[in-house]
Amino acid sequence: MQKDIKRLSLILLFAPFTLWILLLVVLPHIGMVILSLREKVAPRVYEFGFGNYLEFLHEPIYWNTLIRTGSMSLLVTALALIIGFPIAYYIAKIAGPRARGGLFLLCLIPLWVSDLIRSFGWILLLRETGVISSFLVWTGLIGTPVEFLYNDAAVIVGLVYTVILFMIVPLVSTLDGMDNSMIEAGYNLGGNGFTVLRRIIIPYAMPGIVAGCIVTFMLTAGSYLTPILLGGKNSSWFTEQIYNQFITRFNWEGGAAFGMLLLLFTSLVIWLGLKLSGQTLANTVAKS
Amino acid sequence: MHIKTTMAGLLAATMLAGVGSAQAETLRLLTWGSYAPDVLVQKFEEEYPDIDVEVTFSNNEEMIAKLRATGGAGFDLAQPSHDRIYAAQLEYDIYKPLDLSKINTDVLEAKLLAGVKENTTIDGEVYAVPHQWGTSGLMAEKTMAPDFSSWADLCDPQYAGKTSMRLKRTILLGTAFSMGENPFEAYSDLEKYQDILDKVADKLIECKANIKAYWKGGDDLSAMMLSGEIVASETWDSTAYKLFDQNENIVFIPPKEGALAWIDTFALPRKAKADDAAYKWINFVLRPENVTLMSGSTGAIAAVQGGKDLLPEDKKAAVNAAFTDADIDNLKFFANIPPGVEDMEGKTLEKIKAATGG
Repeated sequence: MQKDIKRLSLILLFAPFTLWILLLVVLPHIGMVILSLREKVAPRVYEFGFGNYLEFLHEPIYWNTLIRTGSMSLLVTALALIIGFPIAYYIAKIAGPRARGGLFLLCLIPLWVSDLIRSFGWILLLRETGVISSFLVWTGLIGTPVEFLYNDAAVIVGLVYTVILFMIVPLVSTLDGMDNSMIEAGYNLGGNGFTVLRRIIIPYAMPGIVAGCIVTFMLTAGSYLTPILLGGKNSSWFTEQIYNQFITRFNWEGGAAFGMLLLLFTSLVIWLGLKLSGQTLANTVAKS
Repeated sequence: MHIKTTMAGLLAATMLAGVGSAQAETLRLLTWGSYAPDVLVQKFEEEYPDIDVEVTFSNNEEMIAKLRATGGAGFDLAQPSHDRIYAAQLEYDIYKPLDLSKINTDVLEAKLLAGVKENTTIDGEVYAVPHQWGTSGLMAEKTMAPDFSSWADLCDPQYAGKTSMRLKRTILLGTAFSMGENPFEAYSDLEKYQDILDKVADKLIECKANIKAYWKGGDDLSAMMLSGEIVASETWDSTAYKLFDQNENIVFIPPKEGALAWIDTFALPRKAKADDAAYKWINFVLRPENVTLMSGSTGAIAAVQGGKDLLPEDKKAAVNAAFTDADIDNLKFFANIPPGVEDMEGKTLEKIKAATGG
């Protein structure tokens, strides 16, 4: 009797999670795979085949966009790490307990407003008649207004701003667990600041770094609004291609294939990253 | 909103109490932003207290995608443009035929009604009737770009970095007309149409250096135009009329090749559940007093007889400032999009977007 109740409560506890995974993650993906393997031959007539994937290979525009999206996402991830690491180190090791809460809050505040509002904020700042350009003209640094919006740099700034929190949180939690005496020992043994950073702090923080990089990379590669709104006439993003296939071209089969390709591509990049850094999923994302 | 929830609560309570009462019908509209202004919805609900109106705002492409996802269920009345009925019905079977006897077709502008009927008849059944029409063309700030008159002027180096367009099919068609082609006639010969598209793509890629940015919606276009960051753009007429209210130097310009005219229609989704309510809504919004309210909100002209005279005064002024009778005669109505064309155009647009022109 007791055992049955235990088992029942276990099943009940896991049911929402299992249902969520099955109904909202596994089933839709199976649907997408099936959809992506349907080739349209005539109105309302479909055949099984790999045509949608071949279409991707034959058209340089598509894989160029995918590679562009991937490399820009890597750049955003690297920038987020370089900017986020000192902040995380300060929060975890240097700031007092009271300041820590406040600093964390400051990092969180940008996420209280939606993606769309944040992008519009950047548009107001960066546009030709916007705040920054007007200010520079007013100070006399530049003679005529300059357009900061509608280029790749604007997209990268906007994306780094959005994802940096997801880099800081795992870093803080790993650095937090690090004993200060390890750093002291490093200095006592004659290391300078750089050696201590390179040989003690970074190796210790590696799981946090990898976890942060995985999350930021996935978020960036899959983002839609920021690249669309801040990007210029040449900035294509792969998610935009997927949207176009589904909505503008009514080509759900092609869109589904693109979706699967994006998933495979990002998974491949992460697998490579894990191999190169010698980490595993179990001791990075799963740990933090 | 609160009233609605209270009503729903009351309704649920009465049902629980077991009192048999007439169940309220829901009319689920799938339409364009501003095509169901609150005043009209309230007025309709007062006149038909047993009908509850729910509105979803969308655009042509998303309307078709939504209906395709459910096989035509989930909505009771949709309002795609007249060129988005025929091919979508052939490919995805998402609409059902209209019963014209239930619609007060006498009030509709005969020419527009005939045109829409012709474009949306499949196997002898009519799938749509017209509601609002308007045009796509150009707008310019008169003092900065006084001679703006053609689609090709968007690519004039004189305005380098000061023009904008939306990277959608309208600009492909407009550019084709400005190159002396007639894309609508080429719809019947897709190979020829592909040739035209290739030429248009070359032209627009070359033009990229001249464009400041592609606009994506009425809001960013308005911001660029009002701030003076651009002096001319491809536009919807309704957006230009709204800007005319704020700055009288910004006018809508029907291109000399002819402004492209669209007609938004009424169509029934295949699995619609409230056809009677839908017909009631159609006849309701076609009444003259409601036409003025509707046009005030949409900025477009109703497809009823004397639709232009029923515009609110400010819109009438903007239309008269933009169109002469000759311009109206020169309108190019969007032709039916045959299956396959959307794919070709989509690919051309991708090619233009990906090209590194400037």
